[in-house]
Amino acid sequence: MRRRIVTFVMILICFVLQSTLLNLLSFGGIKPNLLLILTVSMGLMRGKHTGLWVGFISGLIIDIFFGNLFGFNALLYMYIGYINGNFYKVFYDDGIKIPMFLVAVSDLAYGMIYYLIQFAFRERFDFSAYFTRIILPELVYTVLFTLILYKLFYIINKKLTANELEENDSPWLLK
Amino acid sequence: MKKKKNFRITNRNLLIAMTVICIGLIALTATNIISITPLKNAAAAIVLPLQKGVTEASSFVSDAGRNLQSKDELLAKIDELEAENEKLKEQNIIDNENLQELKRLRELYKTDTEYSQYEKIGASVISKNAGNWYSTFIIDKGSNDGISVDMNVIASGGLVGLVTEVGPDWATVKSIIDDSSSVSAMTITTEDTCIVNGDLRLIDSGKLEFDQMNTEDSILPGEMIVTSHISDKYLPGICIGTITDITEDSNHLTKTGYILPAVDFSNIREVLVIKQLKQNPESEQQTAE
Repeated sequence: MRRRIVTFVMILICFVLQSTLLNLLSFGGIKPNLLLILTVSMGLMRGKHTGLWVGFISGLIIDIFFGNLFGFNALLYMYIGYINGNFYKVFYDDGIKIPMFLVAVSDLAYGMIYYLIQFAFRERFDFSAYFTRIILPELVYTVLFTLILYKLFYIINKKLTANELEENDSPWLLK
Repeated sequence: MKKKKNFRITNRNLLIAMTVICIGLIALTATNIISITPLKNAAAAIVLPLQKGVTEASSFVSDAGRNLQSKDELLAKIDELEAENEKLKEQNIIDNENLQELKRLRELYKTDTEYSQYEKIGASVISKNAGNWYSTFIIDKGSNDGISVDMNVIASGGLVGLVTEVGPDWATVKSIIDDSSSVSAMTITTEDTCIVNGDLRLIDSGKLEFDQMNTEDSILPGEMIVTSHISDKYLPGICIGTITDITEDSNHLTKTGYILPAVDFSNIREVLVIKQLKQNPESEQQTAE
């Protein structure tokens, strides 16, 4: 329960920062995608189930406030979380390279699908312009932010896991 | 995590079920069968105060940063402003003369419904779109203050956008630089109509694109573009910006070009919402909003 509340608060904080403070830190009108970093990190650190839910809730919040197709971001982020959850048992060290790589690939996939559904469908076919001006800068900026955020998420996750282990040893459970 | 034919939900099945739910949501909301307004209002009650707090705190900090500007910079700024002031004084005299003429002409044409006479309400921007693809933002006034969908939003004398959604104490605004935005507009002198479109690819120059200007007049860069009389949702005569480039299309009938908007969209904090809706009985004739 505690984990769920903490995770939800993390989603909320990432969303609020992304829609407010990061506008001031945006570079050429491009800001990093914190919710994507969170979704990828949670998938990697907690597995498919958590990745799926974190992605779904993150996308849903975006859809509620800024979506033009309600459920679209929820679906996209959910798959990002689920797919990254597949690497849960493959990589389990505290290195930063794997998360950065996964964030890069996920953001690339996110950008491509977003372009395809939201822009190509409206006959905006100039893919190279959107790729070099929107998708690529967002990818670079998001990967840079992963350097800071993944460490933070990693520490929070460690604390929560330690807490849970402690609770499992509780005398109340030993009947 | 190995489970065979028992009733526990596997991750794969959960993914399939949630995919169906998401696609269902997209289909049902896109066709307006179900409304997510109650969900929106509930979420807004939690999230908007947080966004408001962070926005206020961050603008406080950035203002404080500006206070630390060096004396030399400020003196240079004063010189610059004084020079500009002289120019404006001169311009003011000319404008006053023009104003007299304008009044006279307006009386002549009986078109005294300028948008400056409409009732307006000020609002602060709480948050901007979380993604990099679209340009929408949320303001801190809603239906409690008399705001409703399709009201026009302006700032520093120019058109900002249109209210697309309204809650009790919030409203979503789609700005005219949004990639899916199009506005029916016209030149101020010759009243040649055109369609002004937002285009994400122009993010660096901050410009808008216009097309379908069907004209035989020679329109030059510098010409002011305002919202047109035939617009579906926009009140007539609101300044959009000035033409920077104009070229004739290959069909030799229409013209296309770019507009520098009157509003600086990179730094909008306060806006005005015009509490007057456009009433247009022949609205179905329009192609643009």
